[in-house]
Amino acid sequence: MDHPIKRDHARFRKIVKGKVRENLRKYVSQGQQIIPKGDDKFTVPMPSIDIPRFKFGDKSEGGTGQGQGEQGEPVDGEPGEGQPGEGEAGEGEGNKELEVEMGVDELAKILGEELELPNIEPKGKQQIASTVDKYTSIGTVGPDSLKHLKRTYKQALKRQMATGIYDPSNPRVVPIRSDYRYRSADTKIEMENSAVVIYMMDVSGSMGEEQKEIVRTESFWINLWLKSQYKDIDIRYIIHDATAKEVEEETFFRTRESGGTLISSAFKLCKHIIETDYDPNEWNIYPFHFSDGDNWSADDTKMCLSLLDDHILPASNMFCYGQVESRYGSGQFYKDLNAKYHQDHEKVILSKIKNKDAILDSIKEFLGKGK
Amino acid sequence: MLRAKPISGDLLELQREIQGYADEFGLDYFPQVFEMCDYDTINILAAQGGFPIRYPHWKFGMDYDQLSKGYRFGIQKIYEMVINSDPCYAYLLEVNNWLDQKLVMAHVYGHNDFFKNNMWFSNTNRKMMDVMANHGTKIRRYMEKYGQEKVESFIDKALSIENLLDINHLFETNEVLESRRRKEELAKLEGENDGYMNDDRSAALKSFMRGQEKIKNSEIGPEEEVVAEKNVGRGERDIMRFLIQNAPIEEWQADILGCIREEAYYFLPQRITKIMNEGWASYWHSTIMTTRAMNPNEFIDFADKHAGVMVMSKQNINPYKIGIELFRDIEFRWNTGRFGKDYNECDSLEEKENWNKDLGLGRDKIFEIRKSHNDISFIDEFLTPEFCNRQQLFTYKFNPRSSRMEIDTRDFAAIKQKLLTQLTNFGQPLIQVEDANFMNRKELLLKHVHQGVDLDMQFASQTMSNIFAIWKRPVNLSTQYEDKEVVFHFDGKEMKQLNK
Repeated sequence: MDHPIKRDHARFRKIVKGKVRENLRKYVSQGQQIIPKGDDKFTVPMPSIDIPRFKFGDKSEGGTGQGQGEQGEPVDGEPGEGQPGEGEAGEGEGNKELEVEMGVDELAKILGEELELPNIEPKGKQQIASTVDKYTSIGTVGPDSLKHLKRTYKQALKRQMATGIYDPSNPRVVPIRSDYRYRSADTKIEMENSAVVIYMMDVSGSMGEEQKEIVRTESFWINLWLKSQYKDIDIRYIIHDATAKEVEEETFFRTRESGGTLISSAFKLCKHIIETDYDPNEWNIYPFHFSDGDNWSADDTKMCLSLLDDHILPASNMFCYGQVESRYGSGQFYKDLNAKYHQDHEKVILSKIKNKDAILDSIKEFLGKGK
Repeated sequence: MLRAKPISGDLLELQREIQGYADEFGLDYFPQVFEMCDYDTINILAAQGGFPIRYPHWKFGMDYDQLSKGYRFGIQKIYEMVINSDPCYAYLLEVNNWLDQKLVMAHVYGHNDFFKNNMWFSNTNRKMMDVMANHGTKIRRYMEKYGQEKVESFIDKALSIENLLDINHLFETNEVLESRRRKEELAKLEGENDGYMNDDRSAALKSFMRGQEKIKNSEIGPEEEVVAEKNVGRGERDIMRFLIQNAPIEEWQADILGCIREEAYYFLPQRITKIMNEGWASYWHSTIMTTRAMNPNEFIDFADKHAGVMVMSKQNINPYKIGIELFRDIEFRWNTGRFGKDYNECDSLEEKENWNKDLGLGRDKIFEIRKSHNDISFIDEFLTPEFCNRQQLFTYKFNPRSSRMEIDTRDFAAIKQKLLTQLTNFGQPLIQVEDANFMNRKELLLKHVHQGVDLDMQFASQTMSNIFAIWKRPVNLSTQYEDKEVVFHFDGKEMKQLNK
């Protein structure tokens, strides 16, 4: 039986997740707080799971230390090394800034539950079945390179003990042919469903740092959700002012251009990417476009609409347009799209993002339809 | 359930050897039991304050989480753990090498002697393992009866005030306790008619129940009652006891509060003797190892391990280091006669430098000190300017201009003052009940006895919210904040400042 502390531990994990849920809005509005750690893991800071007590404010307190140094020399170079615990670890104060590690799935689950996001139904029937080999079982035949030494040894030990050859005072275990064990593969059939997200962003002069930060944060959460829904996911980035180009993620959020805005340039490139790389019969396609709503001319807007109608919409699961409010943007593009597609269009989702606090609601608008 | 096994074979032999040295040096200890466990088990034990069975609570899970991570990433490793109990239990870590085990055993005999002889421990319950296990059973039962959520959230609130203790309770001598016990027995005899059985309810709860009884049976009129209650609990620093006796809580809640209180008082002597206790144990592991137990070929490893424990930090003093050095300094001073009027009033630096009266009183003196002092009196009485200088002690403070902590001074008086301030009331703010019927509205007024450092108001506000949940009427706190006398008022929703 497990020690009861495992139950305390499980309980603690549950509370932590509850805290993450409670603070979700905060994490979302301050995108920096969640730090990716590779391996699809994230570190989520947990500031307030301390049991509150009357305690001294630490800044004014100061303290005593040991070592060399002149007056005025800082003491907070490196944190003091830990000392061996001494039977009272349970009641030490400790300023622990708690961080919890969470996997993509856990975090996405919390997001999904909180926003009541429906699971996405991959479109069409064109899911491709593929076979995957997983080395999860043990066999008696196989190549030497897959020999499982521990199991082989165990088998040999078992045999020797059973036949009475084993001598504890001279514990030599020699495996014979029939003792050998090998890792072997189970073949599984997995359904593939792949998705591509194409982010397009207006980087013309009117989009400031704050606007880009909003896009960055929002795309982080959208990616998180889609990653949890699809096995494979491609993410492509397009920036545009009067011309469009495809860029890396880094560049996408860093670039600041000036000059005019021709949204159609981005849509054209998007269409091109879809046509060359992503067959709509095999891929679930999600174009997202973010801008402050300014476009150069009504003519260009007209061209955008026809690109959407003829090429992008038929190929995509849905098309999302997020309009980030900025001081300079007119917001005209939203009005134009809205006039044509209205709120309840099947494939076009429009969202206005006033500020950081509105990100969560906007995510819900985008992903709430489950497509 | 726990995977700790009694030691056997060579280790048992080693224990006999070390115990022989402890006897030779005159250490006086409880029967010593060593058990061996793997790192997971020791992490579990450490998370539970050293005890194999505690009540269910997420904080143990949290500490366990951190200890396991710390171990996994190689940040920290627990060498050993020792419990203040009779017999004295100590846990050794399986993966430690021979030298580690030797060192740890010698160290543990030091702790054991300290637990047995230091006067601040004279009233601690040496059967605390049983008590803790009983608390666990009781609280589990309450959880079955009232629901886990409900009980856990009450424990959260109780833990929020477990640091509000009155050190003087440790002073209660056996005579005082005896007379109280007699009184309680008398009360029990009287109470037998009321159907209270001799049960496992804590003493505090029983007095809570008597209190309720009194209110029920009281024949005094309501006006008189208000007058009588006006000064209830005034000056009380044992906030948990005050709430058990005076807050409108249910019996099971009072019982849980009593459990938490009992455990907190059990740990208190260890909190006020950290420097002495670690210093004493380190003094003895060092003495036993270097003069008796160590093989020549273990010397480098021992020096390395010992230095690891003694490492100095610029951010806080290492109790192991300061403790052992202070004991050694005292031993040296009493051996050479560097104390008292003659020595203190001697003007000649040279004479002082070579002062040696060959008194040889050092060992006796430190044995005497380990009996009668706690960290505060230890520092207050034996810290000397020469010692501070040798140990490179300094104080630091926050510099708002660079927003960093910076070395402030190496002045002896300032260092001593700072150390004593940090140790006062075991480093916790001094909070006492001022008025249980504040504004004549049954509000609670607590007073923070300000000693130079402000409270963290965000934490204070959350703590007051937890006290509110127990007291069920608004909670007030008078304190000094940013050099002004203020009263904070928590009305169940938010905290605000009262105008004076």
